[in-house]
Amino acid sequence: MAATLKAGFFFQTKPGGHSLPRIKPFRFKPPMATLATVPTVGLSETFSKLKRQGKVAFIPYITAGDPDLSTTAQALKVLDSCGSDIIELGVPYSDPLADGPVIQAAATRSLAKGINFDKIIAMLKDVIPQLSCPIALFSYYNPILKRGIETFMTTLKDAGIHGLVVPDVPLEETEILRKEAVNNNVELVLLTTPTTPIPRMKAIVEASEGFVYLVSSVGVTGARTSVSDKVQSLLHEIKEATSKPVAVGFGISKPEHVKQVAEWGADGVIVGSAMVKVLGEAKSPEEGLKELENFTKSLKIALL
Amino acid sequence: MAGNNLQSTISVHGRTLYPTCKLLNSSKMLGFSLQSRTDRGLIVCSAVGHNTLNSDELGLRNPTRTSEILELIDQGEKTLANSGKFGRFGGIFVPETLITCLKKLEVEFNWVLHDPQFQEELSIALKDYVGRETPLYFAERLTNYYRNKNGEGPEIYLKREDLTHGGAHKINNAMAQAMLAKRMGRKSIVAATGAGQHGVATAAACAKLGLDCTIFMGSIDMQRQSSNVLLMEHTGAQVKSVAGTFKDATSEAIRSCVGNLQGSYYLAGTAVGPHPCPSMVREFQTVIGKETRKQAMEKWSGKPDVLVACVGSGSNALGLFHEFIRDEDVRLIGVEAAGYGIDSGKHSATLAKGEVGVYHGAMSYLLQDDEGQIIGPHSIGVGLEYPGVSPELSFLKDIGRAEFYSITDEEALEAYTRLCRLEGIFPALEAAHALAYLEKLCPTLASGTKVVVNCSGRGDKDAGTVFKYQHKMEGEQEQSE
Repeated sequence: MAATLKAGFFFQTKPGGHSLPRIKPFRFKPPMATLATVPTVGLSETFSKLKRQGKVAFIPYITAGDPDLSTTAQALKVLDSCGSDIIELGVPYSDPLADGPVIQAAATRSLAKGINFDKIIAMLKDVIPQLSCPIALFSYYNPILKRGIETFMTTLKDAGIHGLVVPDVPLEETEILRKEAVNNNVELVLLTTPTTPIPRMKAIVEASEGFVYLVSSVGVTGARTSVSDKVQSLLHEIKEATSKPVAVGFGISKPEHVKQVAEWGADGVIVGSAMVKVLGEAKSPEEGLKELENFTKSLKIALL
Repeated sequence: MAGNNLQSTISVHGRTLYPTCKLLNSSKMLGFSLQSRTDRGLIVCSAVGHNTLNSDELGLRNPTRTSEILELIDQGEKTLANSGKFGRFGGIFVPETLITCLKKLEVEFNWVLHDPQFQEELSIALKDYVGRETPLYFAERLTNYYRNKNGEGPEIYLKREDLTHGGAHKINNAMAQAMLAKRMGRKSIVAATGAGQHGVATAAACAKLGLDCTIFMGSIDMQRQSSNVLLMEHTGAQVKSVAGTFKDATSEAIRSCVGNLQGSYYLAGTAVGPHPCPSMVREFQTVIGKETRKQAMEKWSGKPDVLVACVGSGSNALGLFHEFIRDEDVRLIGVEAAGYGIDSGKHSATLAKGEVGVYHGAMSYLLQDDEGQIIGPHSIGVGLEYPGVSPELSFLKDIGRAEFYSITDEEALEAYTRLCRLEGIFPALEAAHALAYLEKLCPTLASGTKVVVNCSGRGDKDAGTVFKYQHKMEGEQEQSE
């Protein structure tokens, strides 16, 4: 079904016995060359692949447009080349209820520069073919509603975005989102938290696509000094309920955190505010990108 | 006489149970009998006062003809019970972290609604601390002002919520919720305020109940309504400044609560937010409407014909309207803030100009741009500045039960002065919007129509603003002469 291009190698994945027509080999082209559509694997497949390799996914998050859109484009490439397995890209929103001061500030800066959804999509259409890892979009619900859920999902599909996280939609309201997401091959990731009772958690993990997002602490996004050890028991409970991959996010900001969460059994680790801070609060975009690279590498090492 | 410590251990933590509670409606035990009605399948009783009329006596509860609107209202109540929505509006659109906490809150709220002990303590607080019942005042000179050449015109009554403790209707809800929070074992209360009235009401209620209080207020609002900031601080509340206005303060208050769900309680000041907040606030404010019905019966042996209230997010409007939504012969008129003008882009007329979306946890009309980003509104009535509106009001608009109009800053400022001169009453600029609409409304009404306007707050806080405006007007007039 999906054909992937990684550093010039060309192989087919064929689930279910359907075989692809034999494609004539072509000359090796460097990854930066524009190929019309280069579908990367989706979120679930990424996790399956990593699991076979015994690895834990590293999932950074950055806010689009902070400090500016071209830096975001560069940052996506940097994160990809440093070995990120999935990248979460946040769409700035005027009233981000789930976000702490770092991501709020990034959204405010980005919006002040005149960022909008169309610009982000245009950038992604350009950059995604150059990336080897899939992108998941992070957006609040109102901008999605305003566009129209169907239109929104189609736009995501056309841009090559594989996943979506919407933090302010409860399970009960996700039905229509899930339907449109499935129609467009977008995996809708749902969140479960330490306050979610087990029966509800089971319903959430059943419905979640791509992976299950485990929020590590009761609160908004933002770096914390340590990761609560409740995460260990929560991971255990979730893994009893599902075989879907589980990634832990909120508050993770240091290599020690990343290592700890991986040891506890997470399939993926999400780092958000710490990344946004490094990139957005640097003295210049170039410096920000450099620091982002160093920071990402230090976190990735913790997963080895 | 039951006078137990409110910090009772009856609270549901960790399990979502429907409590089995025998309704003790014994006049002997309580000293008076509580009015009860069935609402959403639960027996609801609320203590308004000793002489609450049985609405069955008024023949109002079981109309022989169920009109389309009443059917829609019935459907609305069903969806509310099932999914926290008024038709398609409302709901719970919050991060997953808050879901369980809100569900527990709903259970607690339903409990206190039919707990006679809570209702009795609330009734005492409303009477002795808040100063209820508030008068339904016949504004004679205002009525005369609106008479035409033949001496015909409607009769204008003012529901004097400005005479409550704190100076606005906000205290009805703040008191009840603070009591609820204390009963739930919460130690600290968090609230957001625009004009400062809800902040003052919450701070006062917390001082009375011995709870910690943190109020988030927009930095711009803190400057505009500085007297209220001082009052809050005097009660011992901590006032935290948030860059922006009320909508930003609300977002920040919710975020701070998310981080401390066990200990803190977010006290919603108005009928917006995720379910059960809009219903809770409306339920605690509905004492306004209940009193009005009773007072109307006493004064003229009938019902009001038209109810007028200003609409920021909807708490005072719903407080007055909700009691009468099934009375189809009572017109419900909400007046929003048109700011510099409804087409100026600088207003707060959500129901007039907004589109349906999700904001602060609920689906409702809201002022948003083409991207779905939330627009910061404007009004001279700071308490009306909110880009959203109550989902229940959105529902009433959609089904055609309530009408909504808007009034500019200038018209509101004139109405302020008019009431001061004609009745010696200082209305809050927010309430002045409702009063300003009388200019357009009265000429259209038959003589003798009974109009009740909710004077939702007093305007001491606005005296300076009005003064500056008058001086500016005089200055401009002199220049043109």
